[in-house]
Amino acid sequence: MSIWLQILISLVQILFTASIILVTVAYLVYFERKISAWAQNRIGPNRVGPYGLLQPFADVLKLFFKEDIVPHAANKPIHTLAPILALVIALSTFAVIPIGPPIYIFDLKIPLVVADVNMGILYILALTSVGVYAITFSGWSSGSKYSLLGGIRSSAQMISYEISMGFSIAGVLIFSESLRPMEIVNSQAGFMWNAFVQPIGFITFVVAAFAETNRLPFDLPEAEPELVGGYHTEYSSMKFAAFFLAEYANMIIAAGLIVTLYLGGWQIPYIENLGLSYTLTTSLQILGFFVKMAAVLFFIIWVRWSLPRFRYDQLMNIGWKVMFPLSLLNLIWVAILVMLMN
Amino acid sequence: MAKKKRLKDLSLLEQIYLPEIVKGLALTMKNMFKPSFTMEYPEVKFEPGASYRGRPVLVMEENGDERCVACGLCSRVCPAIAIEVQANDTDKEKERYPERFEINMLRCIFCGFCEEVCPEEAIIMSKDYELAYTNREDGILGLDKLLVPVSELQERIQFLRKYK
Repeated sequence: MSIWLQILISLVQILFTASIILVTVAYLVYFERKISAWAQNRIGPNRVGPYGLLQPFADVLKLFFKEDIVPHAANKPIHTLAPILALVIALSTFAVIPIGPPIYIFDLKIPLVVADVNMGILYILALTSVGVYAITFSGWSSGSKYSLLGGIRSSAQMISYEISMGFSIAGVLIFSESLRPMEIVNSQAGFMWNAFVQPIGFITFVVAAFAETNRLPFDLPEAEPELVGGYHTEYSSMKFAAFFLAEYANMIIAAGLIVTLYLGGWQIPYIENLGLSYTLTTSLQILGFFVKMAAVLFFIIWVRWSLPRFRYDQLMNIGWKVMFPLSLLNLIWVAILVMLMN
Repeated sequence: MAKKKRLKDLSLLEQIYLPEIVKGLALTMKNMFKPSFTMEYPEVKFEPGASYRGRPVLVMEENGDERCVACGLCSRVCPAIAIEVQANDTDKEKERYPERFEINMLRCIFCGFCEEVCPEEAIIMSKDYELAYTNREDGILGLDKLLVPVSELQERIQFLRKYK
């Protein structure tokens, strides 16, 4: 395979993945508003386009025409850098999440993942940790107390929950014996989904994912009753939009990660026994990935409109005294399972 | 007053917290399938009951005359001083009629005192609640805008006879 062909394939994959994320973000915002409306017996956006389907585009257009304000006390370069950093990290994390089994076109094996790297999970952990910088920078550089408090809270929260997240992932890695997301998905064939094999790890990971993406009930960094807007208080126009986009892109990545690590990725249990054609099986599996992801995203939104926000000390208590021991317990459980199965 | 539940009063199941989360999620899920309360206003309009006090209007009889005899009681009683009446003589049986009758909707507080004090059932609170004006002059309603046929106000008149 020539190098140019490889670059071409990569470019197409990047374009495809980026457009998936952007379109999903747009409609995630729409469904966030719709689901919140349904949960509160309202109708939700229905004015722009049929069923309000063009609402996200109207929102973005509005943000484009807003004035871009930089506060006098702000540190300008970092104030500008923070939203860019947030967006870049949010968009690049999806690169290692496989959306389907490898497909073959003219004897060419094309993996349905932008970068099939052998340390994919480490890559994700590293990038999401850098994501904390975006929020901390924005909080610090805004020159505002609300922003600063939001940024500090966010860094403390993310660092605490990263630990239980890492330990829950460790349980998955022991099973799959690989850091490559493709292998992790392959190790969950049939009904060996990690969510069933290690339910405690699944719960701690989902909770940590909520905390990492700053979603309710852990949205302390932007708790609007206390901190106005948290770290993005001093942002307007497209810089704010970048943060908004990054937040929702992070949600998508969290959902993709939950599906990949715990819900069997693109696997549909025992689909190979049905005797369907290769093309149909593959497209069903890709569809299966997106259906699972949509279900997880729905769950994330559903939780947001059901549960109240935790107090900050409660958040830290849960992170350190409950989630961390639970993830260790899960690790022991997985170790016992592996020992028994061998 | 219900006794406040402390952490030590909670059962083990409640302390684990997960079942409570599931309960909360079930509640929101149940609500997602309930019909919504939202009324899509410009297309669907709220129809108030007979007890509703909207814009005060003057009753117009079947023959096109106003029922008002311009006694000025409504103007007197109005706490917001929103009503202005100028009486004049007429050859008809009622002897007096309002030559000019103005209600300043920018001042009206919809208390309904004018309706209550009126000896002739001539000023009635209607069901009209769409009272937006683009300038101040439009907010001062003259006789032309105030007169409403008696047939349209029957529901409120019946209500007043019963409860006033």
